[in-house]
Amino acid sequence: MLECCEKHAELYNELEKYIKSLEGKKGILINVLHKAQELFGWLPQEVQEYVAEKLNISPSTVHGVVTFYNFFSTKPKGKNQIKICLGTACYVKGADRVMERFLSELGVEEGEVTEDGNFSVHGVRCLGACSMAPVVLVGEKDFFGKVTPDMVPTIIKKYKEEGK
Amino acid sequence: MKPITVLVSVDSNSVLLGAREFYKQLVELVKEYNFDSIVDVLETGTLGNYNGVTIAIMPDDVYYSVKTKDEVYKIFEEHILKGRKVPELEISKQKIITYKPEKLPEEYKIVTRNIGKINPKSIEEYIANDGYFALAKALKMTPEEIINEIKESGLRGRGGAGFPTGLKWEFTFKTSSDQKYIVCNADEGEPGTYKDRLIMEGDPHSVIEAMIIAGYAVGATKGYIYIRGEYFGSVENLRKAIKDAYEYGFLGENILNSNFNFDLSIRLGAGAYICGEETALLESIEGNAGRPRLKPPYPPQSGLFGKPTVINNVETLANVPPIILNGAKWFKSIGTENSPGTKVFCFAGNLSSRGIVELPMGVTVRELLALAEGASGTSNLKMVQTGGIAGTFINEEKFDTPLDYDSFANNGVSLGSGVILGVNDTHCVVDIALNVMEFFRHESCGKCTPCREGTKNAVNILEKMKRLEATKEDLDYLIEISNLAKDTALCGLGQSFPVPLLSLINNFKEEFLEHIEKQYCRANLCKKVEKKKVKSKFKL
Ligand SMILES: Cc1cc2nc3c(=O)[nH]c(=O)nc-3n(C[C@H](O)[C@H](O)[C@H](O)COP(=O)(O)O)c2cc1C
Ligand code: SF4
Ligand code: FES
Repeated sequence: MLECCEKHAELYNELEKYIKSLEGKKGILINVLHKAQELFGWLPQEVQEYVAEKLNISPSTVHGVVTFYNFFSTKPKGKNQIKICLGTACYVKGADRVMERFLSELGVEEGEVTEDGNFSVHGVRCLGACSMAPVVLVGEKDFFGKVTPDMVPTIIKKYKEEGK
Repeated sequence: MKPITVLVSVDSNSVLLGAREFYKQLVELVKEYNFDSIVDVLETGTLGNYNGVTIAIMPDDVYYSVKTKDEVYKIFEEHILKGRKVPELEISKQKIITYKPEKLPEEYKIVTRNIGKINPKSIEEYIANDGYFALAKALKMTPEEIINEIKESGLRGRGGAGFPTGLKWEFTFKTSSDQKYIVCNADEGEPGTYKDRLIMEGDPHSVIEAMIIAGYAVGATKGYIYIRGEYFGSVENLRKAIKDAYEYGFLGENILNSNFNFDLSIRLGAGAYICGEETALLESIEGNAGRPRLKPPYPPQSGLFGKPTVINNVETLANVPPIILNGAKWFKSIGTENSPGTKVFCFAGNLSSRGIVELPMGVTVRELLALAEGASGTSNLKMVQTGGIAGTFINEEKFDTPLDYDSFANNGVSLGSGVILGVNDTHCVVDIALNVMEFFRHESCGKCTPCREGTKNAVNILEKMKRLEATKEDLDYLIEISNLAKDTALCGLGQSFPVPLLSLINNFKEEFLEHIEKQYCRANLCKKVEKKKVKSKFKL
């Protein structure tokens, strides 16, 4: 499925380059998976097998590591991942209500991708920004602090417009 | 006296910034232009500017801050030859701090000394604030002297367990091996804790400097910083800082001509709280799933790749350079007898002020709450969780407990990672207990039964309690599960989830009983639900 398209060939190439750059170093599997997820957005079976082959380890070892860590995903995620901190500090500031609002605004369940592939909503653990609780992280870098349910539509709109 | 006097600050900070060369350059320029009879170039002490070398021109009373030889030349050419000021290099006299405290002021900023004061992306600014001076000093000491200094200081691990750092280093020093490692635990993942992040973002070099010193002390030539993948800002600043430290020769080969080599790299965590546990962290660096190892052997005997390894928390490490510079005696004079020094506290939850503060050990919860300006909004504070997710929930009765590494054993109040999490009276103890236990259930690595099954059962019981269906037996079972895990779980996660749970049950027993006996929830959050399950929070 993935081999067929050129875009993916490019991504595989880049992944291979990265693996080469780490040659001789010990314990690099997690670094390689980080890179792979950065490139592909998630870690499909094929990519896991590719990594296993390149690093000369068994696919089941790779799979074991991938499923152990929350950061790695074996399912595609939305183009914009909305991560809502449910750590205690955010929880007592009403993070659950923010979560509910996101789910109802987007009409998805937690972990599901919206039909247009634009969004997915995930509950995550403490993001280390508790002084701004409740905290929402969109993608990897866009932090929103002191989020109230009423701010949710505005946040969603922002990314809908960017996507256009 | 000659008509013009040029003063060059050559205090130790300025020297590192090139002050001696600038001085020489000026003397030579004066000779070259035959200005000997007109211009005097003199060395002077600190002029209080730490961003560059200060050059003052008298009697004009003009001050410049320079960083390069070109800038020095420009001042000579423009100001001395032509009598024109160089505005872009000039600094105002007010900016020059004439007083640098010998002793630390009451705030006791040790770990956070540079945060907000220096540009974390500038190694020069770190150096200008005594940065890498401790390394230079340490490299002239013997490893035993360094270890003794740290031991004497009484520094204990700030990652939560409070283990004496000097002892840890000594064990590693005494284990002989062809390779040893220094690992910085920057996997901060306790809900409510964000101090390590702020330290790394605000002062990355202090952590790096400490790791090099630790390496020299125990005989390790390689270091890893294991940091949460989600901490982008910290990773960025650390990467830049490491690169700069290599360029300045603080990392790499033959550091400061000492024949000592040290290499440092970053490893990204991948979102598993358990990887903060030291042996799980080592597994993760080795590229495996992060499940804790059986101890012993402890990391100082057999750690990363089976080699002797020191693992220290970010905050612990940030204490090391000041201890080397100012001595163990100074450090011991701060804090309490068994827990010298300071602690960085993080305010979180329903408190008015949220942020970090650094205070001497022994500060009471009440004092901290005063600093945090009490509860936010109009609700009252119901309880406080101290120490992080695995810490104790306490009510007002215990607010006068002085916090240090003995306060848990003596008073049942954890210091842990230094979180002060306020919870107001709109919340229900059962609901909070459920939030905490869902976290632990999700993060249990599943390796041992008391933790894997214990967290699962605890969540089930608490969900039942939230539906107002639990019995007294359920509550007893909850306590039993906790006691079992405390005694038999393999690692700190399973051993410590009972701490918040039991403290909630013990300190707020009445409320638990209300849910059971009267089907009543004070906060009106727990309700009878027709078959609808209370949804699990973490499903990543
Ligand atoms: C479940 C669990 C999570 C932990 N998380 C962290 C952490 O995020 N950061 C940390 O420094 N120590 C953490 N620790 C403590 C470490 O195991 C270890 O004691 C610490 O890194 C030692 O450094 P120190 O002596 O400087 O405190 C954790 C321990 C357990 C059991
Ligand atoms: S106590 Fe929990 S986290 Fe620790 S090893 Fe056992 S199952 Fe894993
Ligand atoms: S608990 Fe949400 S950022 Fe820390």
